[in-house]
Amino acid sequence: MQALEENGVSRRGVLIAGAGVIAATAAPGAEAQPMPQATVPVSFEVNGERRELTLDARTTLLDALREHLRLTGTKKGCDHGQCGACTVIVDGRRINSCLTLAVMHEGAKITTIEGLGRPDRLHPLQAAFVKHDGYQCGYCTPGQICSAVAMLDELKAGLPSHVSETLTERPQATDAELRERMSGNICRCGAYSNIQEAIREVAGVRA
Amino acid sequence: MKAFSYQRATSPMDAAAKATVTPGARFIAGGTNLLDLMKLEIEAPTHLIDVNGIGLDKIEKTEEGGLRIGALVRNTDLAAHEDVRRDYGLLSRALLAGASGQLRNKATTAGNLLQRTRCPYFYDTQQPCNKRKPGSGCSAIGGVSRQLAVVGASPACIATHPSDMAVALRALDAVVETVDAKGMARAIPIADFHRLPGETPDVETALTPGELITAVTLPKPAGGKHIYHKVRDRASYAFALVSVGAIVQKDGSGRVALGGVAHKPWRVEPADALLRRGAKPVIEHLLADAQPTAENSFKVTLVERTLAAVLAEARA
Ligand SMILES: Cc1cc2nc3c(=O)[nH]c(=O)nc-3n(C[C@H](O)[C@H](O)[C@H](O)COP(=O)(O)OP(=O)(O)OC[C@H]3O[C@@H](n4cnc5c(N)ncnc54)[C@H](O)[C@@H]3O)c2cc1C
Ligand code: SF4
Ligand code: FES
Ligand code: FES
Repeated sequence: MQALEENGVSRRGVLIAGAGVIAATAAPGAEAQPMPQATVPVSFEVNGERRELTLDARTTLLDALREHLRLTGTKKGCDHGQCGACTVIVDGRRINSCLTLAVMHEGAKITTIEGLGRPDRLHPLQAAFVKHDGYQCGYCTPGQICSAVAMLDELKAGLPSHVSETLTERPQATDAELRERMSGNICRCGAYSNIQEAIREVAGVRA
Repeated sequence: MKAFSYQRATSPMDAAAKATVTPGARFIAGGTNLLDLMKLEIEAPTHLIDVNGIGLDKIEKTEEGGLRIGALVRNTDLAAHEDVRRDYGLLSRALLAGASGQLRNKATTAGNLLQRTRCPYFYDTQQPCNKRKPGSGCSAIGGVSRQLAVVGASPACIATHPSDMAVALRALDAVVETVDAKGMARAIPIADFHRLPGETPDVETALTPGELITAVTLPKPAGGKHIYHKVRDRASYAFALVSVGAIVQKDGSGRVALGGVAHKPWRVEPADALLRRGAKPVIEHLLADAQPTAENSFKVTLVERTLAAVLAEARA
């Protein structure tokens, strides 16, 4: 479940590159002190390709993807975990890439909208969004689709939700379940009904 | 965001030791609250210690027949755990009522307990706030206070604790386990873990600097019906206005804890004894010292009606 667990002890430990380099960020009033420079090497797999970066520790996973790897499919909406536009899949799980540091994902397998399908070979959810017109401006769409892909896996794995009637029986792919499970993705254009149509088709919900 | 250095801990004790030697150091778990606040420079640690991957992500049975939940267990995994769903349904329900699927996949047990208030003035760095900047004043008193506390507040701060999970843990009599830099372990009952604001609303818990949460333990299952009702401005992905977590036995006895009304999950044990007499006497006891503002006095009525709905569901 946790990326950092996979490679075990060998990757752990101090990761401050260039310790001892003076940084001009000492707190006002405090004596100027040698501070460890805050760049950190990190390597992870993005859409099946190994990527190695040396980043300012402050870089979010979202900014690493967009600004450093030029994978601009993943969008920045609120940058505070409130909209879901930045949703990517990390080690099989959907997360908000704006609220996590890239350096916390050493060894992780990351899938973005670019890795789900290609224009000539769309992922079934991408195709369903096209078919059902599941967008207007399209800004929330990559996040909606990444979220929906991982959400359907969560449902298949039997994870409960807020609207599940019991905690002990397997949840079913009902409209109410799909809506609740997609509530972390806001659509400013309000294309929800078509988004719902696209997802329920792939989920196999019968009318 | 202010610059910081970053380091991975190798063990719980190593994490506590690292935090103690570096002033301004903080632990980072899921990062979903800390990074949010760091972007706004409400939090500005100089050093981050990553506590992911130090073996605190397990859920085990205790010798007493309860459950030990690792500090780094994700909210998703805790809500979905077979034993939790069967024996501590209140905890699953409270977790599933919080945040979104994406956030719960990252959010951890310890991080959830330590998440900070959603008071709008705490977030607005242009405004006075005793919690963010001790001694600067409280903008919420006399300001926008619809979301804020009705009981246990002080003239220094009327913020609420936003966690849903913590309400369930309070009703379940959970215990927070910690370790410090010297390797000393402590067990803090959940009732004593969060503080009331008093004159120091910036001090929110019983933790000492550098002390690491390692686990939360639950006593053996209490049985009964487990119900969590959360009332919010939209049906999902929103914080509680009020919430009620209850365990109700067949004979109508039980326990109840409230969310959204105070600086900590709110439970007054003697109020539990009134449960068989209905929602009104219980809430009268729980909120006996309530001092709501003009904007949030609706919470007193709302929480009583919510408890009445919970008790009706328990009888059904
Ligand atoms: C848009 C949005 C909506 C939300 N809605 C809800 C909601 O409805 N209900 C709800 O309950 N919550 C909600 N949340 C809050 C969410 O639950 C918390 O952000 C999350 O639980 C924090 O966990 P984390 O592991 O990410 O913590 P982090 O951000 O990593 O850490 C939080 C704090 O805990 C400290 N810490 C972490 N681990 C330890 C440890 N082991 N020992 C000591 N200190 C530690 C950190 O130093 C930091 O100070 C929402 C959040 C967002 C962004
Ligand atoms: S209620 Fe507390 S958090 Fe809100 S402004 Fe007042 S002191 Fe700050
Ligand atoms: S950009 Fe990450 S949730 Fe809005
Ligand atoms: S299509 Fe425009 S935000 Fe969703």
